[in-house]
Amino acid sequence: MHDTEQKQAQLIEVNNLTFGYGQRLIFENISLQIPKGKVTVIMGPSGCGKSTMLKFFGGSLTPHSGEVIFDGINIPDLKREKLFELRKRMGMMFQSNALLTDINVFENVAFPLREHTDLPDSLIHHLVLLKLEMVGLRGARDLMPAELSGGMARRVALARAIALDPDLVMYDEPFTGLDPISMGVAVKLIKELNEALGTTSVVVTHDVPEGAGIADYIYLLGGGTVVGHGAPADMMHSSNEQVNQFMNGLPDGPVAFHYPAEAIGDDLLDIRQ
Amino acid sequence: MQQKRGIDFIVGLFVLGGLAALVFLALRVGNLSSASVNNAYHLYAEFDNIGGLKLKAPVTMAGVNIGRVTDVKIDKEFYTAVVELSIDANYDNLPEDTSAAILTSGLLGAQYVGLEPGAEETYLKQGDKIEITQSSLVLENLISTFVTSGAGGGSAAQSNSNADEFE
Amino acid sequence: MNWIADVGAKALSIVSNLGLAGRFFAILAGASLRALGRFSLVIKQLYAVGVLTLLIILVSGLFVGMVLGLQGYYTLVSFGAESSLGLVVALSLTRELGPVLSALLFAGRAGSALTAEIGLMKATQQLDAMEMMATDPVPMVIAPRFLAGLIALPLLSAIFTAVGVIGGYLIGVQQLGLDSGVYWSAMQEGVDFYADIINGVIKSMVFGLIVTFIAVYQGYFAIPTSEGVSRATTRTVVNASLSVLGLDYVLTALMFGEV
Repeated sequence: MHDTEQKQAQLIEVNNLTFGYGQRLIFENISLQIPKGKVTVIMGPSGCGKSTMLKFFGGSLTPHSGEVIFDGINIPDLKREKLFELRKRMGMMFQSNALLTDINVFENVAFPLREHTDLPDSLIHHLVLLKLEMVGLRGARDLMPAELSGGMARRVALARAIALDPDLVMYDEPFTGLDPISMGVAVKLIKELNEALGTTSVVVTHDVPEGAGIADYIYLLGGGTVVGHGAPADMMHSSNEQVNQFMNGLPDGPVAFHYPAEAIGDDLLDIRQ
Repeated sequence: MQQKRGIDFIVGLFVLGGLAALVFLALRVGNLSSASVNNAYHLYAEFDNIGGLKLKAPVTMAGVNIGRVTDVKIDKEFYTAVVELSIDANYDNLPEDTSAAILTSGLLGAQYVGLEPGAEETYLKQGDKIEITQSSLVLENLISTFVTSGAGGGSAAQSNSNADEFE
Repeated sequence: MNWIADVGAKALSIVSNLGLAGRFFAILAGASLRALGRFSLVIKQLYAVGVLTLLIILVSGLFVGMVLGLQGYYTLVSFGAESSLGLVVALSLTRELGPVLSALLFAGRAGSALTAEIGLMKATQQLDAMEMMATDPVPMVIAPRFLAGLIALPLLSAIFTAVGVIGGYLIGVQQLGLDSGVYWSAMQEGVDFYADIINGVIKSMVFGLIVTFIAVYQGYFAIPTSEGVSRATTRTVVNASLSVLGLDYVLTALMFGEV
């Protein structure tokens, strides 16, 4: 019912996607939708393939089967040139920030503008300063990436991701490795930028409070498929045990605390022999 | 931008330094300045045997280097070696009866072509052939001459006869 | 019987690596032509690859020339042939030591730095980020470094040779008292511009191509972890040095083998 209501308002639709490395399947027949103009948070335990999902959105991985439809275009079908054309409508913030280390903050943010627009230098200058102002780092424009703290680097990466005013901004683990203040800043920025720019945001994270705090909609992945999805409030009080365990951080539940092993009594006796 | 200008400048200096090193090698170390015979004319000489004469071996007159060996071929009719000599155009007054000999520098050194000027009033021109030649001394022939004719009966030079008979 | 399978697997992986390298080379060659249009990127890399390698080249060239002067003199003087010292020094340097030693030093200094830099860019997702910003990293990052290596090594090699000849002069003439005119004239008599100097330059061009290609290839295909990058760096130095020495034999046989 949910799907049919919002059919018009999906920016990305993943349909029956299957993918794996060698024998190991990461996704099996997974389907999900990213609504336009909203913040969608994709959560899940480490290694469940959250970040891999972003690679399908960006077209850097091709699924074994299934569709990834971005605004009516099936991404896996695209040739490299068309894909690059489409990527100009996307911005991505990497977990490691991925700032270009041999140019300064200003040039990092200016990079997509210089590469993809023919704007005069003075206009690029204005645009870059505006983006840096949004993340509060206008004063840091001349610093090199190596001189930035983790939180500042992430903000620069954010400014760069939105430099071309993309339709879609993807955040890969934006809260990992930040101190509490920087984390608060990141949460605030993602939320504000989404509202101010009217873009669609996809956030991949395993930080439940922060993720739930900014999400309009949450997808919980696990075991190669969607475990549960819904609005943050619904997810926190889900009756599904697996969802409940993850959202509330319970040490034991459907995801067992113990790695599969024989009964401990047998194991100990075994050693004695 | 200031910094960028600096890097451009240093890289420019580096490239200039590399090119300067190449020029140094070409002029000071190599023979581009002296020995490349730009303005040269060619003479030919026939020898029965050129021994170990190599391409680019010097051509000298009175011990002075005046050219180089630029080609060595076999004359298909007479089975003699035809040597092309490239002579500096400054020395354009070699008499027509100039003779050529293949000589050895030092006891075991490289072989070269020595020219001995004649007395004619007319001079050799581009494409002319030097008529009087003396072949290289081949050590084995020299020794066998000594062995067969006793101590110095027939001279080695005669046994290595010149090309005159063929003309 | 397991080792048969191992040998087979190893052979297969070598062949497919060669195929990958070939494909990468074709892409890189095309990208390099395009990168010529953005020459400021190449200049930046020429600084990193060329200028920063200059010091080690100058120092090594000088010392190698001095050693040649010393060794050559003592060897030649026992045959009474010390007048050929200039020729011995110059021929060894122009034909062999200049191109080969500067290529080995270049592999150690610039090649390893190239691999580490590109590998780190990959490990820190900078190359992925460029891809996601719809910019192909090969013409942007790899090709300028490749071109810079191609340009820098022949220049460095010429500088090495020139400094070496001067080093031989310092020892032979200034120190051991050989006549300066004899030193230079023996050299000019015996060193041919085309056969020796140009062939030496061609050698160093080939070495520049192979060393830089190995360096950027190892960097670009490094496993994007700190361990992967450090291993790729080691592989660059080892593979590049072996390739230089092996190719040197082939080139020498081709160039100086006739007659």
